[in-house]
Amino acid sequence: MIDNGLPEGWELVVGLEVHVELATKTKLFSGSPNRFGDEPNTNIDPVTLGLPGALPVLNQHAVELAMRIGLALNCTVKPSTFHRKNYFYPDLSKAYQITQYDEPLNVDGFLMLPGGVRIGVERAHMEEDTGKSTHFGGAGGRIHGSDYSLIDFNRAGVPLVEIVSHPDVRTAEQARQYVNELRAILVAVGASDAKMEEGSMRCDANVSVRKYGAELGTRCEIKNVNSVRSLGKAIEYEARRQIDVLETGGTIRQETRHWDETDGRTHTLRAKVDANDYRYFLEPDLVMLAPDAEWVERVRAALPVLPAARRTNLAVLTGVDEDSEAIAVVVERGQDTYIEEVKNSGGDAGRALVWVQQSFAEEGNAPRLPAKDLAALTVLERDGKLTATQAKTVLGDMLEAGGGDPAAIAASKGFEALDTSVIEGFVDEGIAAQPDAWAKYCAGEEKAMGALVGTIMKLSKGKADGKVVTAILQQRRGS
Amino acid sequence: MSNFSTATSIAHNVASGARSAASVVEEHLQRIGQREEEVHAFNLVTSAEARKRAADIDARIARGENVGPLAGVPIALKDNMCTRGVPTTCSSKILEGWKPPYNATVVDKLFAAGAVFVGKTNLDEFAMGSSTENSAFGPTRNPLDTSRVPGGSSGGSAAAVAAGFAAVSLGSDTGGSIRQPAALCGVVGVKPTYGLVSRYGLVAFASSLDQIGPFSHSVADAALLTEVIAGHDPMDSTSIPKPAPSLVSVLGRGVEGMRIGRVADLPEGADADVLARLDAAFVALEKAGATIVDVKLPSLSYALTAYYLIAPAEASSNLARYDGVRYGNRVAANDMNNMYADTRAAGFGDEVKRRIMLGTYALSAGYYDAYYGKALKVRRLISNDFAAAYANADVILTPTSPTVAFPFGAKTDDPLTMYLCDIFTIPTNLAGHPAMSVPFGTGQANMPVGVQILAPTLGEEAMFKVAAVLESAA
Repeated sequence: MIDNGLPEGWELVVGLEVHVELATKTKLFSGSPNRFGDEPNTNIDPVTLGLPGALPVLNQHAVELAMRIGLALNCTVKPSTFHRKNYFYPDLSKAYQITQYDEPLNVDGFLMLPGGVRIGVERAHMEEDTGKSTHFGGAGGRIHGSDYSLIDFNRAGVPLVEIVSHPDVRTAEQARQYVNELRAILVAVGASDAKMEEGSMRCDANVSVRKYGAELGTRCEIKNVNSVRSLGKAIEYEARRQIDVLETGGTIRQETRHWDETDGRTHTLRAKVDANDYRYFLEPDLVMLAPDAEWVERVRAALPVLPAARRTNLAVLTGVDEDSEAIAVVVERGQDTYIEEVKNSGGDAGRALVWVQQSFAEEGNAPRLPAKDLAALTVLERDGKLTATQAKTVLGDMLEAGGGDPAAIAASKGFEALDTSVIEGFVDEGIAAQPDAWAKYCAGEEKAMGALVGTIMKLSKGKADGKVVTAILQQRRGS
Repeated sequence: MSNFSTATSIAHNVASGARSAASVVEEHLQRIGQREEEVHAFNLVTSAEARKRAADIDARIARGENVGPLAGVPIALKDNMCTRGVPTTCSSKILEGWKPPYNATVVDKLFAAGAVFVGKTNLDEFAMGSSTENSAFGPTRNPLDTSRVPGGSSGGSAAAVAAGFAAVSLGSDTGGSIRQPAALCGVVGVKPTYGLVSRYGLVAFASSLDQIGPFSHSVADAALLTEVIAGHDPMDSTSIPKPAPSLVSVLGRGVEGMRIGRVADLPEGADADVLARLDAAFVALEKAGATIVDVKLPSLSYALTAYYLIAPAEASSNLARYDGVRYGNRVAANDMNNMYADTRAAGFGDEVKRRIMLGTYALSAGYYDAYYGKALKVRRLISNDFAAAYANADVILTPTSPTVAFPFGAKTDDPLTMYLCDIFTIPTNLAGHPAMSVPFGTGQANMPVGVQILAPTLGEEAMFKVAAVLESAA
């Protein structure tokens, strides 16, 4: 049984609905720019504003990006249709949203979490975004009770893909992993920048609990989750809330709940009985979207290597565990090919991974530092010519200058590898300064080595090679 | 045929320099001045714009330019087609004063063809009606007898041509809104194949049924205008990706050897005078060398019911955008929901409200399958019936309207009676086919009777050939 952090016997069941904005130049049904952060109501046109007589025309590039998402998630691309979802709200200019309903473009896929858990993907369908309302005065940012509201239609008509998972997620950690992995895939295929903080990726969670082996419980949909961290917290809170209700003899009402970051709770937004009747019907202004097999195969063939495979490749290249933080981070930044280049330039891929993870956060997927220069640095380090501390200083200079010969930089700084006999001297001094640590270490307490190495490094003013120091200590102990 | 100049002759004379566009426009504006107060065909007469455009055309012709196939032809537009900077009201209070920032595709095409736009014509509010009595700005009167309706919903466009206010006009036809007023006003009216003419800039009533088409004095004018406005438009996803058909060139070809369908199980309801003219039309075509064949369209009797679920369902969604938030009239209220309700209560007339409610109901959870879903199935049956009928016939002839033009108020008390006006025109829209009404003599009270020619998808060529023969035999 999996540790879900819940009281004994309770199983968590979560399905995730993720909306992503597609990285198209223009909107889903018109030629206005799809651009975040512009002056309000500048990226508009008759279609976006729902002016009388305006008609939607489907953006082919959006279809292509949606197919990339579907194919990357192992979906089948099918002939699909668009429906109208009818409801009144000021930021919905036509009073209906055009969305795929019973015939979505992508169906029946799955996503493998890094740990090997398979999460089914029911569908990944296309739809248009709404405008953005801001309410002023009155009650807490809602339209009801506010003094006035402003609407920005720049976002209206921005292409979205909604990715709906099966309720296969069993822990909050899996939910976090799912969203992280999904984001990595979306970025890798170039479909979206998938930034939760900018709203280009939004996640709702359908949460229910049940006793192991029991029927599915009633679910609540949690909205307003604005980060991966909040997603985990919201799911954990909601699961415990539901268990509390059930254990005290209550029942769960199907409803939409709002996650409040400030108090760390979910609150009722609307009950299902109050839900809109959206009166879906086939959008008569559009025709069927049926990408032909040739198009689908062209998109499939052009898909890049996906993050999971890239992590495996990088793990093999560097000899580092596939599930490690460093592998995940470097692949997410798209810097794995750079490490490959370092290796091809004769460098040490394992050391390169460490430096890239630590020092290349701002570099993007095409670091300015030539791969051969980092390769040279890792060779100096591997050969004991530079300590880790010295290498870091040299790398700092190299990054600043956008390149350079690490040996020359090290020489100019007076970094030189200390002769082993000199290090032996510092080791003697270190043992003398830390007799207790030495005794513990000799008694087999490995942790004690840290204090000894630290002292010795300090005595050498950082010039001793940590690996050499460790080797000498082990030798002296006789292990 | 009336004695007003046709668009064909105007364009010919203007292009050749025999007449100036300015004089043509003055002649039409003069007639508007004389009779518009009585007829009320227009929501707006754009005299200044028309004079300016006519002068421009004359100047271009003087420079030796080819100004297009509608050189100097005065044209009226139904007031549900967007015209940049010119109010477009749909004869509804909710859009009063709204000026579109763009032109409908057909408007751009007409301008490019050298047409002179004289005004926006009255209609039943949002094209919902069969008499133009549902206009928020008052009814249009039939120029042939002003105690009678011109038909609807494009009553203003039909009346404008019949009264000689414009040589030709455009209407929109969702269930008969071009053909029925054409019949009642004694002019030619065409509903082209769905998708032949771009709907971009036509304010939507029922998107899967709406289609723009011409009114004219002659079949040749209708063919000419259809050629100008047809053709693929990338702005309309339902537009057929083919070039405009060539129609004027087929008009003289006759009907020798053509098979003309007579509906054996025609729904009842047409008056005897109307049926007599239909019989006469069959005789005329037979005489011209066509063969009359019986066809059956058993699902036709369900068409009206299906239409009054599908069209209102789409309308309920299309008209939801008139919420007072972005444009048009707004009635201030204490909160959002009341603002919506009060705006829409004040802005829409009774017939529009009736259809919004009908459509909302038909699409609602729990009712969808029984109403809207069932109507879609009927729609498919009708298409199947037509497909079977067209295996044996090139075109089908029916009455356009069950009656000649009726007096004001005759059908306003009972919406169902009014809906029956479209019993013969609605099936075409459900099938997406072309159809047209051609004047063919007169019936009761010496009012005109129209004969309707139905054809299969993109069967405009056969339809116009038959129309030309009927026109010469009328």
